[in-house]
Amino acid sequence: MEKLELIAKGAEADIWHDIDWNGKDVLIKKRVRKLYRHEELDNQLRSYRTIHEALIMHRAKCAGVPTPLIYQVIPEEAVIVMEYINGEKVRDVINFVGNEKRKEIFRKIGIQTGRLHKSGIIHGDLTTSNMIKEKAIIFFIDFGLAELSSEDEKRGVDLHLMRRMLVSTHYMFEEELFKAFEDGYRSIMGGEAEAVFKKMKEIEKRGRYVERENTLDGDS
Amino acid sequence: MEKKEHLICLGIESTADNLGIGIVSSEGKILANEVEVHIPKTGGIHPREAAQHHASEFGRVLEKALRIAKIGSKEIDLISFSQGPGLGPCLRTGATAARALAVYLNIPLIGVNHCIAHVEIGRLMSGAKDPLTLYVSGGNTLITAYEAGRYRIFGETLDIAVGNCLDTFAREAGLPYPGGPAVETIAAKGNLLLSLPYIVKGMDLSFSGLLTAAVLKLRGGQCRLEDLCFSLQEVAFAMLGEVTERALAHTKKHELLLTGGVAANKRLRSMIQLIAEEHGAASKFVPQKFATDNGAMIAWTGILAYVSGLRTDVETSYIDSNWRMDEVEVPWRSLN
Repeated sequence: MEKLELIAKGAEADIWHDIDWNGKDVLIKKRVRKLYRHEELDNQLRSYRTIHEALIMHRAKCAGVPTPLIYQVIPEEAVIVMEYINGEKVRDVINFVGNEKRKEIFRKIGIQTGRLHKSGIIHGDLTTSNMIKEKAIIFFIDFGLAELSSEDEKRGVDLHLMRRMLVSTHYMFEEELFKAFEDGYRSIMGGEAEAVFKKMKEIEKRGRYVERENTLDGDS
Repeated sequence: MEKKEHLICLGIESTADNLGIGIVSSEGKILANEVEVHIPKTGGIHPREAAQHHASEFGRVLEKALRIAKIGSKEIDLISFSQGPGLGPCLRTGATAARALAVYLNIPLIGVNHCIAHVEIGRLMSGAKDPLTLYVSGGNTLITAYEAGRYRIFGETLDIAVGNCLDTFAREAGLPYPGGPAVETIAAKGNLLLSLPYIVKGMDLSFSGLLTAAVLKLRGGQCRLEDLCFSLQEVAFAMLGEVTERALAHTKKHELLLTGGVAANKRLRSMIQLIAEEHGAASKFVPQKFATDNGAMIAWTGILAYVSGLRTDVETSYIDSNWRMDEVEVPWRSLN
């Protein structure tokens, strides 16, 4: 195996896996230069977003949501070096565990989402591809689209993404899993939860977020 | 109504400052595309004054369109009109004329969504089959693509349109009409990037804060107008580029279509071209007289709607100044 391996190429960033970064197993996220943008503006945006993402990951930790450890941030290169989580994507394991276990995982995801929202964080791309299960811990990853907000609209979009992903990828268990998610979310959000679920249903009806049914599992 | 192979539609566009009358055949041939622009003496578009302009010019433009198309009114098979979104008084003027013509000639009436018409004429003119479209004008700023029966909106402005931002800035700076092209000309002599707010919220955009910041810098008098125009364009278009690129990556469309009045801007065109290339998509552009508001796009979309069985009853042909394109079923897209 190469020391440095490109494992994902997103719209905004390239993700590299380095098994020996000063002796550590790390993931390197680099926001790539956009040729269509003015170079100076591009540099400003990429370094600002790199710092912003690192700060939100840290803030998520303070809210009680596991996120990868950050070893280094290099703003001028738009690079974040973080711990490589040696687990499996929740998307890949969820269909192959027992029923009770499955619900337990989703309750936990609901609790962690509630914790993010309660502390003013919107994840922005809440899918089971962006959750990694390592033993009993579920890490939330990819805060590239995250933002700070306590608006019901934004929270509703987060939940809508979660539900849409359930319908497309885990449709066999959709209802019971969303119920488990909802239980967990309510246990943290309390009285604030109702307005968010209401918003989520409103967003579903808008149809703006309706897309091709078979490509809904999201990331590429 | 019997099925005819060959149809001729007369389309009326009157959402804002343009009064357009287009005559198009069902083969997609443009027989006429006449546009009269209302140019305000001061300030931006005044809805009532624009509507009065359209009403007083209507007869003349109609006559000219028929003359250029070399047809008599009896040869028209249907009338279509912009039913929304747009400025209420302007829309009402066009709708009134459309109803009168349809009743007088005893032919069907079709209400058309203005934004959808931009995409449809863009497809016809550029040969794009199933594009992701960036539609940028003085009244609209949105990124749309066809998915499952409708044109879905993947991103849009939360406040003013990008063209409105450029035009208003131009007026504040005392630049001549039309404002957008004036900003572009002056921007070509700028090179210093000034700090202006870059506002992308998820997939949506906001230009009102950018406009305010640019105007404040202008009044502050600390920077060259050339650099300010340059920076305004760079920031506004980079915002459009980012959301367009993300939508392209998400929808995986193979064509990227740019249309609307702001599509005339060369800097924006080059950005769109770069983004398309990066994603292996073909960039598609529309001849400018079909990219700005025009009657041919309404006529052509009227034909598409009519052929797939849509009709608008005169009694219920109300305009809707906030009519969203993603509320409209587009059955003709599932036919091809």
